[in-house]
Amino acid sequence: MYRTDMYEGLLAETVSMTGANGDVINAYLARPLGAGPFPAMVLAHHMPGWDQWYRETALKFAYHGYITISPNLYFRAGHGTPEDVAAKVRADGGIPDDQAVGDLAGAMRYVRDVPYSNKKVGIFGTCSGGRHAYLAACRVPGFDAIIDCWGGRVVMTPDQLTKNFPVPPIDYTKDLSCPILGLFGNDDSSPTPEQVNQHEAELKRHGKTYEFHRYNGAGHGFFYYHAPAYRQAQAVDGWQKVFGFLERYLA
Amino acid sequence: MCTMIVEKVAVNGSGKGVNGWFQLEQASVSYDHPFHAPFEHALNIDFVNESQGLGSRVAVELSAQAARDLVRTILTVLDQAEQGGHLESHR
Repeated sequence: MYRTDMYEGLLAETVSMTGANGDVINAYLARPLGAGPFPAMVLAHHMPGWDQWYRETALKFAYHGYITISPNLYFRAGHGTPEDVAAKVRADGGIPDDQAVGDLAGAMRYVRDVPYSNKKVGIFGTCSGGRHAYLAACRVPGFDAIIDCWGGRVVMTPDQLTKNFPVPPIDYTKDLSCPILGLFGNDDSSPTPEQVNQHEAELKRHGKTYEFHRYNGAGHGFFYYHAPAYRQAQAVDGWQKVFGFLERYLA
Repeated sequence: MCTMIVEKVAVNGSGKGVNGWFQLEQASVSYDHPFHAPFEHALNIDFVNESQGLGSRVAVELSAQAARDLVRTILTVLDQAEQGGHLESHR
């Protein structure tokens, strides 16, 4: 708990890291100042891109004491404003799941191996980032907690499978290697409440440690304070659950 | 990328972006999360010319109803132009 007579400081900057296929990509790193050791977080950004909300969210996690890295999952699409880059990715039908998982694994290794890390690493994502975070936590050993915020298309129908998305994330559930916190809005259409129920049933079937919270009066993206989707009370409660969960599993 | 509903079409014409007019190469039409319109999903059209960089983009984000109204209006105008003998033969 912060006291008003304490010193505190943060450092935030763009860094280079090794991602999928050994590619060097850029990432936003925010961390508390000091020797640590600190727990760490990987942030999987959402469909609208590696944008200001994700930078500010990296700062929020760092403020709460986490070394936080947000890799640019759209790095290979080229450079420009986050919206122009995300528009190209949207036009191209998204990024390959294998590539996203490789980049997130690289980010996990980056923050785990810095000298001020306590070697515990969680992963957080919203929207497509929630889906990517779930894929990474299932397919890559080494994560200690995952937070999936309204990740769409965890449950997929056969006609939605493509070369980029060959396997529904829910099919990897048996391999999930860490506890999961899921936050969802009951008015969301992706994932629908029925899909959230399916996901929860699969976690239960495989004996995973999970905590799912469903919010009435909220849809997709209820943390997004820059958008009409924002829901103040649900967001405040959701963030409390996020940091409570991380305190249990990353301390 | 929560719906992944997107189609691309080659287009011929000009668009005015942040750096002025440029020649259009392609339009990407998606029904997915918009960047600015106050909807969870919108009918998004990006008129682009990637050979001139990712910033060569003119974007619109429409509600589904507005998009349908726009399509009908475009077709109405083209029909009127055709009936008046005004249509040119550019691809």
